[in-house]
Amino acid sequence: MNGVLAAAGDTSTGEAVGFWILAPVAVVAALGMLFAKKAVHSALLLALTMLCLAVFYLLQDAPFLGVVQVVVYTGAVMMLFLFVLMVVGVDSADSLVETLRGQRVAAVVAAIGFATLLVLGIGNVTMQSAGLDDANASGNVQGLAQLIFSTYLFAFETTSALLITAALGAMILAHRERHQRKLTQRELSEERFRGGRNPAPIPGPGVYARHNAVDTPALLPDGTPAEISVSRVLVARGDVREVPGRGEVVLREPDGEPPAGAAPSVRTIPLDEDE
Amino acid sequence: MNPMNYVYLSSFLFAIGAAGVLLRRNAIVVFMCVELMLNACNLAFVTFARMQGNLDGQVIAFFVMVVAAAEVVVGLSIIVVIFRTRRSASVDGANLLKY
Repeated sequence: MNGVLAAAGDTSTGEAVGFWILAPVAVVAALGMLFAKKAVHSALLLALTMLCLAVFYLLQDAPFLGVVQVVVYTGAVMMLFLFVLMVVGVDSADSLVETLRGQRVAAVVAAIGFATLLVLGIGNVTMQSAGLDDANASGNVQGLAQLIFSTYLFAFETTSALLITAALGAMILAHRERHQRKLTQRELSEERFRGGRNPAPIPGPGVYARHNAVDTPALLPDGTPAEISVSRVLVARGDVREVPGRGEVVLREPDGEPPAGAAPSVRTIPLDEDE
Repeated sequence: MNPMNYVYLSSFLFAIGAAGVLLRRNAIVVFMCVELMLNACNLAFVTFARMQGNLDGQVIAFFVMVVAAAEVVVGLSIIVVIFRTRRSASVDGANLLKY
């Protein structure tokens, strides 16, 4: 920033204001990521932390890294995370069962102790800030390019091999070999009718109900909600609208048993019950 | 304000990320916490580059970003494969090597 202030080991007032506003935001967002129940919330809060870090890079005379942080991390990496979350299923909730006794307490103690050690260790060191005015004299990008293509040329070339290996690895891991013959339409149809399940199309959400939104279960002729009319994901997330006076729809395993812990008063409709 | 505050912030973020890796059971969230730790290290690198008055720290941070991008691609595809075979993304589920 300012040459005189940087020589004194201090930053400008504008930078200090930016830091004291954004640093709490970054820490709170990181803590929120740690404690958020839903993985999507964790991902979005982590994106917020990364955006704060991008601003810190810009404040610290690293405009190239700031932009790369926004493009690569919040733009590409976090969206990849969200994409995989959608593939894996939003309802894949964290199990809160402790598999190792005392592990949670030990983890918290270890993290706090680690942070304390780091802060105490760093606090003992006095460092003068030289500032980047000289290094950035001909431009930040030019200075970085000069270093990458001279001192760090070999490392830079190695990253190309790393990136190609990563792309190949992702393709090989995501590739699925077909072990069985693909079923024909006739075989699929026979399986559907001989399986003993309901062969008719399942009802759409909202049929005969008050709303036709996707979170409103269709009503059967006797007024009970038809749970097969709403998406299993919505049921698992608890986002299904209740039918007044009829109890809520619960997620049922495909074999017809309600899940353990479901309220006994809730009525479930078997899939193959003919009304 | 002393630039050391950035290093303190990066230590806190690193500790939060480490706690997340130890506490959370969803493999994707654990992976996100690893990303937070990498980001905290990057902040420390950029701050030290500014203190030292040269750009080497920024170059290292740049390389960390490249490695993190490659790591995310492979790690997420591993998680997808595990989910496909076990129908669960919990890190407790993959315990076949335990016995």
